[in-house]
Amino acid sequence: MERQAALLLLADGRLPAGGYAHSGGLEPAVTAGFVADMAGLEKFLIGRAETTGLIAAAFAATACARAAADDLSDLETLAVELDARTPSPELRKVSRDLGRQLRRAMSSIHPHPFFAALGTAPHQPIVMGVAAAVLGLGPRDAALAILHENNSGAAAAAAKLMRVDPFDVHAILARMTTRLDALAGRAAVAAEGAPADLPSPGAPLSDIAAEHHRRRDVRLFAS
Amino acid sequence: MYDSSRHNPTHGPIGAMSARAVLSSELGPKGSSRIGTLRSDGPLVLRKSNPKGPEPLAHRRPDVARVALAAGTAGPLGGDDYALDVLVGAGSTLVLQEVSAMLVLPGLGGAGSHMAISVTVEAGATFIWLAEPIIAAHRCNHRHDVRIALAPDARMILREEMLLGRHGEAAGDFASRLRVTRGGAALYDQQINFGPGSDGWGGAAVLGKNRAVGSVIAVDPDWSDAVPAALPYDTNAALTPLAGPGVAIGAVAPHSLSLRHLLTRGINELGPPWAI
Repeated sequence: MERQAALLLLADGRLPAGGYAHSGGLEPAVTAGFVADMAGLEKFLIGRAETTGLIAAAFAATACARAAADDLSDLETLAVELDARTPSPELRKVSRDLGRQLRRAMSSIHPHPFFAALGTAPHQPIVMGVAAAVLGLGPRDAALAILHENNSGAAAAAAKLMRVDPFDVHAILARMTTRLDALAGRAAVAAEGAPADLPSPGAPLSDIAAEHHRRRDVRLFAS
Repeated sequence: MYDSSRHNPTHGPIGAMSARAVLSSELGPKGSSRIGTLRSDGPLVLRKSNPKGPEPLAHRRPDVARVALAAGTAGPLGGDDYALDVLVGAGSTLVLQEVSAMLVLPGLGGAGSHMAISVTVEAGATFIWLAEPIIAAHRCNHRHDVRIALAPDARMILREEMLLGRHGEAAGDFASRLRVTRGGAALYDQQINFGPGSDGWGGAAVLGKNRAVGSVIAVDPDWSDAVPAALPYDTNAALTPLAGPGVAIGAVAPHSLSLRHLLTRGINELGPPWAI
């Protein structure tokens, strides 16, 4: 039987894994004046999903496929490949902070020896992939979980950063569901190849904004 | 002379060009770098050259090999398939210059064009390549693929600049990937996609309303202990240390000239011997 409830558990923003402290780059974009209205928010979220979202999804799917095959030998290579796709040191740190918190949450909620094997500061997509495998989910599920978690986390932050109607924000999320399904499908296909060939679409403004954000005195979100 | 009937006559659309140029440098007996192979092919013309202006790492040095890449024809056009293979031999220093910007144009029937550049930088060698902009003209459909394989003690600086169409023109479909490995391990891997066939690039997470995007990647084994610190030096530009001994300078801008200024500022933040 398909494991659907486990996917909902993993993708739920209420999973105590620290995601609520991050806006997925939305706060820096709003502060810089790059996102000012709902149309700008929707473009921002689509751009993010198509770039860093797809990368995270592909790495989660790959980690899931490897863990499901009981083979963790590629995890170090995956970490190096993901670092190479994340030029901003701030975003590499955020990814490892969220990964550490997700690993801690999962090893408490659903203990498994794989979580110890991830090391102290694994990247979030890699932990998500391993967690999905441990819960009996597949690569596509792992990809979807991280796409949804990252996308809804940034959208939720919009309510705190901008004057928005929450229904409008969720309308964007509803319009994006087909896109997230398609991206998860692409991620699962990419997971069948070599780590070096995983997708690497960049998001220059996100990298630049993240470095500015870290230096700001007043901010609501860590990233 | 280039014979367009000779290359892949059974492949691709009518009139499409396929070309492979090869370039190598090596260390000569007196310690100067010299050109080993210099093989132009049709649209890819390679010539020995002199310094074009200030150069990071090699400024006013007579002992480095300098080659300019010039376009032998317009293009690439849709359907064209170009390849440039570069080998920077052990201990040598190669400066690759470009004579002009590269305008990527559509071809007959909407076929895609492709350019693959592969660079191997051997032990102790230095590769310097400040490329001129690639302009993605309206309705082009181009894939650009640059792979750089560095030896663990090789040095490199390269610049890439991409423009979203000519002045006042909507960009065609364009995808460019730059992947740098060091000792076989990934150091930098980023792809830029834009054009009517991709989504989200006009949003504030990717390029916003900017019409020019570029980066400079510098790698120096001497940074193994301490990479230069992160420095967001403009609203639209940042210098960021990579996870290995390298930095990426990323910038977006409304047009070509402002992008060049931002990237040059980033290079100059590195100080000597990088500053130009």
